[in-house]
Amino acid sequence: MNFLWAVFKGIFSVTFVQKAITQGIPMLFGATGEIITEKSGNLNLGIPGIMYMGAIGGLTGAFIYENGNESPNGLLGIVFAAFFCLLFSLLGALIYSVLTISLRANQNVTGLALTTFGVGFGNFLGGSFSKITGTAGQITVYATGQAFRTKIPFLSDHLGPVGDIFFSYGFLTYLAIIIALLATWFLTRTRAGLNLRAVGENSSAADAASINVTKYKYLATCIGGMISGLGGLYFVMEYLGGTWQNNGFGDRGWLAVALVIFATWKPARAIWGSILFGGLYILFAYVPLSQSMQEIFKMLPYLVTILVLVVTSLQRKKENQPPAGLGLPYFREER
Amino acid sequence: MYENAIELKGICKYFGKVKANDNVSLTVKKGEILSLLGENGSGKTTLMNMLSGIYFPDKGQIFVDGTEVTIRSPKDAYLLGIGMIHQHFKLIDIFTAAENIILGMDGKSAVINMKEVLEDIQKLIDRYGFQLDLNKKVYDMSVSEKQTVEIIKMLYRGANLLILDEPTAVLTPQETEHLFDVLRNMRKDGKGIIIITHKLHEVLAISDRVSILRKGAYIGTVNTGEATENSLTEMMVGEKVSLNIDRPKPKDPKKLLEVKNLTCLNKYGVKALDQVSFTAMGGEILGIAGIAGSGQKELLESIAGLQPGEGSILFTDPESGREEELLGKDPLKIKNMGVSLAFVPEDRLGMGLVGDMGMPGNMMIRSYRDGKPIMLEQKHPRELAEAIKEKLEVVTPSISYPVRRLSGGNVQKVLVGREIANAPKLLMTAYAVRGLDINTSYSIYHLLNEQKEKGVAVIYVGEDLDVLLELSDRIMVMCGGQVSGIVDARTTTKEEVGLLMTKHRGGAGA
Repeated sequence: MNFLWAVFKGIFSVTFVQKAITQGIPMLFGATGEIITEKSGNLNLGIPGIMYMGAIGGLTGAFIYENGNESPNGLLGIVFAAFFCLLFSLLGALIYSVLTISLRANQNVTGLALTTFGVGFGNFLGGSFSKITGTAGQITVYATGQAFRTKIPFLSDHLGPVGDIFFSYGFLTYLAIIIALLATWFLTRTRAGLNLRAVGENSSAADAASINVTKYKYLATCIGGMISGLGGLYFVMEYLGGTWQNNGFGDRGWLAVALVIFATWKPARAIWGSILFGGLYILFAYVPLSQSMQEIFKMLPYLVTILVLVVTSLQRKKENQPPAGLGLPYFREER
Repeated sequence: MYENAIELKGICKYFGKVKANDNVSLTVKKGEILSLLGENGSGKTTLMNMLSGIYFPDKGQIFVDGTEVTIRSPKDAYLLGIGMIHQHFKLIDIFTAAENIILGMDGKSAVINMKEVLEDIQKLIDRYGFQLDLNKKVYDMSVSEKQTVEIIKMLYRGANLLILDEPTAVLTPQETEHLFDVLRNMRKDGKGIIIITHKLHEVLAISDRVSILRKGAYIGTVNTGEATENSLTEMMVGEKVSLNIDRPKPKDPKKLLEVKNLTCLNKYGVKALDQVSFTAMGGEILGIAGIAGSGQKELLESIAGLQPGEGSILFTDPESGREEELLGKDPLKIKNMGVSLAFVPEDRLGMGLVGDMGMPGNMMIRSYRDGKPIMLEQKHPRELAEAIKEKLEVVTPSISYPVRRLSGGNVQKVLVGREIANAPKLLMTAYAVRGLDINTSYSIYHLLNEQKEKGVAVIYVGEDLDVLLELSDRIMVMCGGQVSGIVDARTTTKEEVGLLMTKHRGGAGA
């Protein structure tokens, strides 16, 4: 009983909710990006790697800017960081696109290789920057990090717990939610969204309906990759405050991929899903158990994903299934 | 206004040395339904694919509304108002009818105004008398509804010329009637319609004129009012061509297989085989003729134990005289009963062989159970592969070369070689010479004759009537899943078989 009470008290606190959201946001970016990518039929397992690339990209941008400036301006730091983050993640997504769309390489192999590459790329650059900056052996872009961490003024500190829970985050948190909502709107309400879903479901039918399959696949994969990259940016800037930690991002990228399944390919569903995953991800710290026992709780997000997979598979509701053409390269029919 | 919707002049299309279309010219007027008639492989679909932008003609001109045009892609075709309805529907399963219809179109705005879209489509539906619920998902639809979506999709895009590739093949008689009503409404509205078919009664019922193709060549166009089933069949099958294929007299034919009242359903729940009865004799080649999709595939698969069905398939062992029921048994059970069947399916690399494996691996598919437990027996398959390579003159760099990379003829030799290696009592082949050159075809005929002389009952499903007439001892003709006749191949004529192929008992308007 005491055990349950301790857990209960832990997770119904303002800090727990805040931390769950903080953990969830990078996964939300990753999942939204991956959903858009998968809607084009591309199963990009390189997303975890692309998120590392986005992270180090953001850090690179801010570093370039702050390194040459005596008194760096936080806003400009954000611009630099965002630009390089998007550029690096676009690069990662382009590697994947060229290989799988133009050269029709196996998507799984390409994706996994890209993840390995992205993680190494991030750690290599991050480690190098830390060497260059010397003193503490740690790269910091303090001004930019603080700018990313700026909470919503007034609302965050005048509304008590409501302000703490809803308004005490940097702008990327809100951007993540807005992007997820926009993505849902785009996929369900616009012609381009309809076309994109058609490409992922049945490329040859989309082709017959005079949709440019290659263009849609490239755009979805690249834009999806850039959205995912923002998750990495969020992590290094808002979560870490503008510094690098080798392998610091951990397995959050894979959780983002799991979140796609959990959300049954609906970005809006990924919003609360990401908060749930974030909560499950840190739940172990709120369980009064020995450290080795806590490890078991770290698998909860994956366990939930498996449960969702089982349930949606049993339901056989076609709308909740992955895009039918997921993982398949497209060849125009030849005789 | 120009009166011709489309004109083709001197269209030629070659695939390698094969003339798929040779100097074809035809015209479709506005407000006219033209039937395009021809046997399998006569080039109908190739011709239409050139109109819909899938292939590009090697020679010839296309005129739309009197202006010469170039059609390089499906998009070009649709911009010219040409809409093709394929046999395999190109629809997105999880979308509604309406979503499928507007797919890929630039509307007035980037955001979809569903209400307006539904109103627009409903107008089309009312105008031509379609029956369709626009909010129904495609995965809940019947074949006929899916076809309706495809047709409306084309009309919504402003198609003035509609090409329908065997639209009635998947429809019930009532649905066919309704489709014809809709087509007549479209004709009244000034649309040009081309309907590809080989059902003669439908040609006579719906079209204004008929154009006939035979083996890629344009034979002619007649007014439907002046045509009869006999005259059309004659134009379609043409004069008999002599091929000089050996046909040894059957020696001591014995009843080996007796099929009685075999009925089975296809995946749409339609009868693919309907009360089929016949016998196959050892030492004889039984040819099976029929338009593609008349039940040949299902028949062979039922005998091979790959299709459930009703009725009876009785196998009589020629030595012991023992009788075995094959229906309802799977291939392993059939094999374990000591019934030796060989099956050369139509889909060689899909159903017959594993493309990425070499010859020994493919031999092992038949024999992998023979070795000691756990370990594969590799020596014998390798020897067999060598023997087949030697005897059938398979051209391959090495027997371990993936069969996928061999030419069609060599693939077929590997498959036939494996199947006859087991000394079968019954050998079934489906389109055994499709896509093969003349020499390879003759060596396949020779192999079949060899088996026949050994007392094997050979069932040969073919599409070329000239070959069937010279190779078979008897010909069974199938039409719409039924046996429309069994004739003596030595005395029958091409016209007789041709007529039987299109003679529907019952069914749509026949």
